[in-house]
Amino acid sequence: MQSDPRLEAIFSSFDGCREELILLLQRVQEEFGYLSDAGMEAVARFTGVPEGTVFGIATFYAQFRFTPVGRNHVAVCRGTACHVRGARCILEAFEQHLGIKQGQTTPDREYSLETVACIGACGLSPCVMTNKKVQAKMTPGKVAEVFGRNGSAAK
Amino acid sequence: MERLSITIDGAIIEAPTGSNLLEAALAAGVYIPHLCHHPDLEPTGSCRLCLVDVEGRGQVLACRTPVEEGMGVRTDPGEVEFARRVTLELLIANHHGDCLSCVQNQNCQLQQAAARVGIDPQRMARLRHPEPSGERDASNPFFTLDHDKCVLCGICIRTCNEVAGVDALEFAFRGHRMRVSTFGNRPIVESRCESCGECVERCPVGALVPKRFQQPAREVRTICPYCGTGCSIALGVRSGRIVSVEGDRSSPVNRGRLCVKGRYGHDFVHHPDRLTTPLIKRFGRLVEASWDEALDLVARKLAVYRGNRFTAMASARCTNEENYLIQKFARAVMGTNNVDHCARLCHAPSVAGLAQTLGSGAMTNSIGELRDAACILAIGTNTTAAHPIIGLHVKEAVRRGAELIVVNPKDIDLGRHASIRLRQRPGSDVAVLMGMMRVIVEEELFDHGFVAERCENFEAFRSSLGGFDLERVEQISGVPGQAIVDAARTYATRKPAAILYAMGITQHSHGTDNVLAVSNLALLTGNVGRPAGGINPLRGQNNVQGACDMGALPNVYPGYQKVADPAVRSKFQAAWQAELSDRPGLALTEMFHAMSAGRVKALYVVGENPVLSEADSSHVLEGLSQLDFFVCQDIFLTETARLADVVLPAASFAEKDGTFTNTERRVQRVRTAVEPVGQAKPDWWIVNQIARRMGAVSFDCGNPQAISAEIAAVTPSYGGMAYERLDHGGLQWPCPTPDHPGTPVLHTERFNTTGGKARFVPLEYKPPAELSDPEYPLLLTTDRSLYHYHTSTMTLRVEGLKTLSDRELLRIHPDDAARLEIADGQTVEVRSRRGRLEVEARLTEACPPGLVSLTFHFPDAPTNVLTHAALDPASKIPETKVCAVRIEKLNGKA
Repeated sequence: MQSDPRLEAIFSSFDGCREELILLLQRVQEEFGYLSDAGMEAVARFTGVPEGTVFGIATFYAQFRFTPVGRNHVAVCRGTACHVRGARCILEAFEQHLGIKQGQTTPDREYSLETVACIGACGLSPCVMTNKKVQAKMTPGKVAEVFGRNGSAAK
Repeated sequence: MERLSITIDGAIIEAPTGSNLLEAALAAGVYIPHLCHHPDLEPTGSCRLCLVDVEGRGQVLACRTPVEEGMGVRTDPGEVEFARRVTLELLIANHHGDCLSCVQNQNCQLQQAAARVGIDPQRMARLRHPEPSGERDASNPFFTLDHDKCVLCGICIRTCNEVAGVDALEFAFRGHRMRVSTFGNRPIVESRCESCGECVERCPVGALVPKRFQQPAREVRTICPYCGTGCSIALGVRSGRIVSVEGDRSSPVNRGRLCVKGRYGHDFVHHPDRLTTPLIKRFGRLVEASWDEALDLVARKLAVYRGNRFTAMASARCTNEENYLIQKFARAVMGTNNVDHCARLCHAPSVAGLAQTLGSGAMTNSIGELRDAACILAIGTNTTAAHPIIGLHVKEAVRRGAELIVVNPKDIDLGRHASIRLRQRPGSDVAVLMGMMRVIVEEELFDHGFVAERCENFEAFRSSLGGFDLERVEQISGVPGQAIVDAARTYATRKPAAILYAMGITQHSHGTDNVLAVSNLALLTGNVGRPAGGINPLRGQNNVQGACDMGALPNVYPGYQKVADPAVRSKFQAAWQAELSDRPGLALTEMFHAMSAGRVKALYVVGENPVLSEADSSHVLEGLSQLDFFVCQDIFLTETARLADVVLPAASFAEKDGTFTNTERRVQRVRTAVEPVGQAKPDWWIVNQIARRMGAVSFDCGNPQAISAEIAAVTPSYGGMAYERLDHGGLQWPCPTPDHPGTPVLHTERFNTTGGKARFVPLEYKPPAELSDPEYPLLLTTDRSLYHYHTSTMTLRVEGLKTLSDRELLRIHPDDAARLEIADGQTVEVRSRRGRLEVEARLTEACPPGLVSLTFHFPDAPTNVLTHAALDPASKIPETKVCAVRIEKLNGKA
């Protein structure tokens, strides 16, 4: 595999020791939006940890994704408060609107949808994170509004 | 080992210190349920079933608790039993499958645990996972992984890591969905799995099982017919066929472990392509004939060519007894020393070089000692591909703290385990090694005492180091000077240090110089004659060491006794009752020249395929075409056999008795497991028949054991090798007398040279005979695949091995490929000054820029049409490791 300059740039501020593994995976995911096989293989080579072990560790954490995220990422909160206040309906509305199930990305890579356990905004429940913005007190009717006129969610 | 006593359920048992409670109990015949325990692996205590109660300490995991004097252990008090039952029920709740149809039925640890603990069907019905997941990985040709039967004990994962050192498996998706997974959860066949099957062997349940399994009716212990490691195997036989293969755990060589070929590569024995009757060429076609017809014809024809017009090629695949007879036939019946075999193409430089410096050309130490080495220098050996079980010993040494130095132009898998990696240009080994030695001498890191007391010619050698300053070494080899210094310091200071080497050292037009450089390095640091050190040429074929020992070489009788020595000759004349020639014969690589020149007119080839294995094969074909009479004896109609006038069907390794000598000089018993197919006959029988029909006396040994006794009588180093002594792991030569225990380490007291001292040899750097130039701008090197063996006559007849690797691939660096506009998977033409072939390109950074590589396993891409038969002057080995080539993509073919 050819070395990727973006990966090289990340690795340049690390020593390549085993203890840095999770931090490295986080940085790679930040850079690429997800952990590709090539990215994990590069981390494995850099740290000397077998790539199977890297995969085993990465799959333990809910924070790591193995498919590319859409340009607009929607995280529907299913924490207790949101759940009680109808998160399920919100999720279904997004699924219907985007035509994908949770954990998937639209074929044009525009939107991706996932559920999270709690984003710590229970007072605003039910809530949703679009990209880095919290959408408070959601209703199924507000789903279409979230994406605005040109289709992209507020950054 | 000190033993102490503990009480288990009221019974007093003894256990060695350092063992754990579970091992102690099992050894004493007390069963404690367990799933994740395996004696070869570090205990992890993950299955929680081996819970016991220790007096004063409460509940502990038996596998994680070391025994202590006076411990009182109860294996199943109520609360332990309760915890164990809950754990077990939860495991069974996720375990789907029908026990009666499971391969592991009656052999299953889960069944055994359930039988002990007792399972309540009603509770089970409530807990049971409603639907099996149906997830099954059947991608590997030899075994399947059924996730519904997996108990997540992790034994397969730990085996892959701790035993095989491959690291293909790991737990992924830890939590509720945890499963055994490859990287990226890909099918196993697409992972880095090497299909050794060690995990299948250790799976305590039916999750990892062989695809083809039949309970054998009986087992026969014998030796694997592939590489020179000489792993001991048990062939399971049922209805006259081999149905299973198991590693022999009592073997000091492999300790039960096997590689993919050793475990799954034996189908060729029953392949329909096997030769089953003699064939005689009539009107240009090979037609079936009876043994009498064929043997009479061979005897009549060969009688015409007695003397130096005849030459024989013995076989590193055959037994010692058979090689002994073949060379005896050439010498005593045909009256010529023209006998050689493929050792010429692999380790002739080792024999020539080490005989000169140490007095013996074999591995100085034993495979089993490697684990105790503090440093291992692996140069010119892709050990994990060509000698996989020795590769396991190297990885084990690394796990135990050894420093591994890998010197290889290509990025080989062993490099993952190395602390120092040197990637030299092909053919620059002398410069690298002499550079290291100069550092060792300059920094006074050499073993002064050893050099002074046990070696000679040091001063001349020392002054030859002058030309190897780091700058020049870096210029020649491309290895950074600092890396040479690091390697030199590590090798010189970590003792004992072992050197492993193979074809990367020998297959050069200066192969003997390379061997001498290796020898100098080991002597300089005092690493010869001590356990876990030494100079260890890894021999390639199952019995190539034995074929050499048996004198299937043109200049020596059995036991390396020189044909030119009159005393030796008269001894053999008396033993064989025949007049013998005092003139050394032709080397294998010279034989084809002699044929082309018309000096050799008759050829007898046993179990070799020179058309594919010799360098510059068009030259070989030309030589063969000039023969008057050509007999070939093999188990298949090889590319060489097709050209013969008479083809004799031989028995395979599984169909005969005898002995093989492995790379560490260990003579081991080969035993008949099944009857020969059709009318095939053991090679010893065939040679005897031809000799007798030619009126020879002293070819009347009726079985391999009798031949072996004759060998012992004339070969000092085999003097004590009697079959009844070889039953338990074999014996390592020299073993001169019936009560000699064999010799694991050579040269402990004195060297086998005239003065008893080892000899340093001054060296200078010589480049390969052919280098790249504008016309042929790339260098080609040859290497091996794990999945195939030599010219693949056997491995391409094993369906599963073919599935794993079915065609030749030209490995090329992406930069070179980009310049030539070659894409991965594209068919290209490779051309050298001697020939051309077409092959698929595979882009990989394992090859450095400027270097491409091919194996020589595939008849439809015969690599040796390209290679260069430039011979090493001392050993006559051809330079198959380096030649210049040009690569072009083929238009119209994707």
